[in-house]
Amino acid sequence: MSDRSSNCNVAEHPDEPLVTLKNISKSFGPVKVIKDVTVNVYPGQVQVLLGENGAGKSTLIKIMAGVYQPDSGQILIKNEPVTLANTRAAEAHGIATIHQELNLVGSMSVAENIMLGRTPKKFGMVDRSELRRQAKSALDRIGLRVDVDTPVGELGIAQQQLVEIAKALSINARVLILDEPTAALTKHETENLFRVVEELRAERVGMLFISHHLEEIAEIGDSVCVLRDGEFVAEVPGSTHEDELVRLMVGRSIDDQFPRRAIEAENPQIVLSVEGLGSKGRFSNISFDVKAGEILGIAGLVGAGRTEVIRAIAGVDRHDAGSVTVRGRRLPKGDVGAAIAAGIGHVPEDRKVQGLVLDATVNENLGYATLKSSSRMGLADFAGQRQKAEDIAQKLRIRMHNIDQPIRSLSGGNQQKAVFGRWIMAASTVLLLDEPTRGVDVGAKVEIYELMNQITAAGGAIVMVSSELPEVLGMSDRILVMRDGEVAGELSAADATQDAVMTLAALNTDEDQ
Amino acid sequence: MKGPNTEMKTSPSPLTQTRNTNMSTATLAKPQQGFDIKKFLANNGALVGLLVLALALFIITPDFLTGPNLLNIGIQVSTVAILAFGMTFVIVAGGIDLSVGSVAALSAMVSGYMFVSSGLPGGLALLAGLLTGLVVGTVNGVASAYGKLPSFIATLAMLSIARGLTLVISDGRPIKTAPEVSFLGGNSGPIPTPIVVLVIAAAVASFILNRTVVGRSMYAVGGNAEAARLSGLPVKQITVIVFALAGLFAALAGLLLAGRLDSAQPQAAAGYELDAIAAVVIGGASLAGGVGRISGTIVGALVLVVIRNGLNLLNVTSFWQQVVIGVVIALAVGMDVLRRKTRSS
Repeated sequence: MSDRSSNCNVAEHPDEPLVTLKNISKSFGPVKVIKDVTVNVYPGQVQVLLGENGAGKSTLIKIMAGVYQPDSGQILIKNEPVTLANTRAAEAHGIATIHQELNLVGSMSVAENIMLGRTPKKFGMVDRSELRRQAKSALDRIGLRVDVDTPVGELGIAQQQLVEIAKALSINARVLILDEPTAALTKHETENLFRVVEELRAERVGMLFISHHLEEIAEIGDSVCVLRDGEFVAEVPGSTHEDELVRLMVGRSIDDQFPRRAIEAENPQIVLSVEGLGSKGRFSNISFDVKAGEILGIAGLVGAGRTEVIRAIAGVDRHDAGSVTVRGRRLPKGDVGAAIAAGIGHVPEDRKVQGLVLDATVNENLGYATLKSSSRMGLADFAGQRQKAEDIAQKLRIRMHNIDQPIRSLSGGNQQKAVFGRWIMAASTVLLLDEPTRGVDVGAKVEIYELMNQITAAGGAIVMVSSELPEVLGMSDRILVMRDGEVAGELSAADATQDAVMTLAALNTDEDQ
Repeated sequence: MKGPNTEMKTSPSPLTQTRNTNMSTATLAKPQQGFDIKKFLANNGALVGLLVLALALFIITPDFLTGPNLLNIGIQVSTVAILAFGMTFVIVAGGIDLSVGSVAALSAMVSGYMFVSSGLPGGLALLAGLLTGLVVGTVNGVASAYGKLPSFIATLAMLSIARGLTLVISDGRPIKTAPEVSFLGGNSGPIPTPIVVLVIAAAVASFILNRTVVGRSMYAVGGNAEAARLSGLPVKQITVIVFALAGLFAALAGLLLAGRLDSAQPQAAAGYELDAIAAVVIGGASLAGGVGRISGTIVGALVLVVIRNGLNLLNVTSFWQQVVIGVVIALAVGMDVLRRKTRSS
């Protein structure tokens, strides 16, 4: 066992650990994402990994699951060093991962899914009765009562998750990695899952649990390992107060990375007004105004409905309640063209899937939003569009050979600048930014922030969704915090701290009252 | 492209400095190269193949490079290529149209029926044929864009429906075409009219694809429909237009075919959709969408027709011809994969 007193779960313990990640470090390119972290998982215990997005939690569990190889450090199984070359090797050592995205075949039955790859055979044919029997016993173990012949796709998310757990246990998993298992569950379903966790605890299965819902930790966590920027911060008992957990997770100085220059204008005009916006099952009763020159940050956990709200405003998805008004003009529902005509520009969450036509040139990608408006009698204005695209590429310092290069060959930061450039070319005045700096290196990030400053200085308004709290705090003039599809609260730039935002985003509002 | 110095000045942090400098040197180390034979072959494989093929046939058989044979090739190419122009729109936009052969037959049959049974003037009968293609294509487009049917399925259904309607209208028998339609199959001076129509159709198709908003949008929709939609392009309308154009071009090809025979045949152009798809793919379009050119499609159609023509001249049976065509398609698509590899690396 590790003798480093600064690492997770090194306190005296009656049992030997099932798995130990010992002094693990891992880099991706020049970025060190895990720095000398040690974690133990003990039989019958729930070890919680806690940290912000980007703290290194998912890298750590992927190392434990055999997806990534550590650069240095050891993986010990029952104190024997092993190499987990791939997920199959990890499974052979009894380590199974329940991912947020489930690995089930929706069209196949519960029994077939549980026994996938191990289908019992008789005379070369599938032995159906044996298949059912084994699947049934796997389900009994966690007390899930569903018909094993039901196609998995017909079950709810919570039940599918339990099927996946049953499957993992039926391959003799001794260690379960639960990666945000409650993110998509209702309160009742979560309680159900926790009952299963208790049963597994009694069966002395070791569990590594990741959750952004702080209130859950006290409920099932034995021990909490807090990571920040890839480094071990503290190990505390599961009963630790939520405020203390938040304090441990966040809190670092980030002043200079975010060069926000707030615009001081007298009586700025309200540019974008969202009133009572709702979409069944996704978000409800969202209202806010954004003034000229203002950046409104929307914070919240993954799944809080932030992206959905942005998409509805941009006309990408239809909403079923409320209204979006730009400079006094009410926008029709689900009409991207009308939103663009009103001055909205939308930088979507995933630039490769939603933002760019990767095989098309930089020139074409910059020009899509203005292709039609710049045309005459259905003919594209090649020369004019190209001239504008050249100017914008230069202004945004998009680094490339030439403008006719496929945009696929540009770096992530330059691709992202091109998505921005499209809206600058369209003279958009209301920018909706969804994770504007995701997958962008530090230098390009600052360039994008400067661009946001320029846009607001010119009287534009920005709504920015970001999962990076420092970015939201550093660049927003005002912060809206969402939780479970609703506005949990609003903070001014002056009042906003990481603690305050996290408290609104992650705490159970029911318990607050 | 700015030099490394200007970039360093504007870089805010040491980290970006290093990065930018690296990028610039990488850029500088890869200047505009001279003639890259490998790249040329990868990008113009079909054209090179066509030239090699023609040269080989010229050497092997004296019958190949003769006026009548070349005009014959021209006439045969016209039908395949015009069908394939429509198919180029569809494939560039990321879809597929299996119904073009049937739509060609139906359009010619409607035109003939209107002329013979309804007594429509010949010019109007010709227009009725074109209109039929446009309408059927629009139905394909609506089924695909608004009915959310995959285009493969929507047009597979139409392949059967349009052929069936052709048989219903004609009662399985050929119908005489209007003189205006027969004119399309005749000669304009020394040159067969189909070749003239082919040249005009190629110019129009190329113009649509390269110069119009709809044409440029097709590349965006085929390259990434979601990104196109989020950029405000009317993806559904574009899809409908694409299939309508494919129907219109199919109708034109059907009328040419009927004009040559002076009659609309119920089984005309059966299986031609596969030739059209092959021509487009040999011409360098990607079935994944977003890539394709009219000039490539013409070369693709020529490759198909010249191979058939050459094998005929060499007295190879049509059975073996099918084998050869299949191999050529496989080679051409292999080239497409190679091309995409070189592009992404």
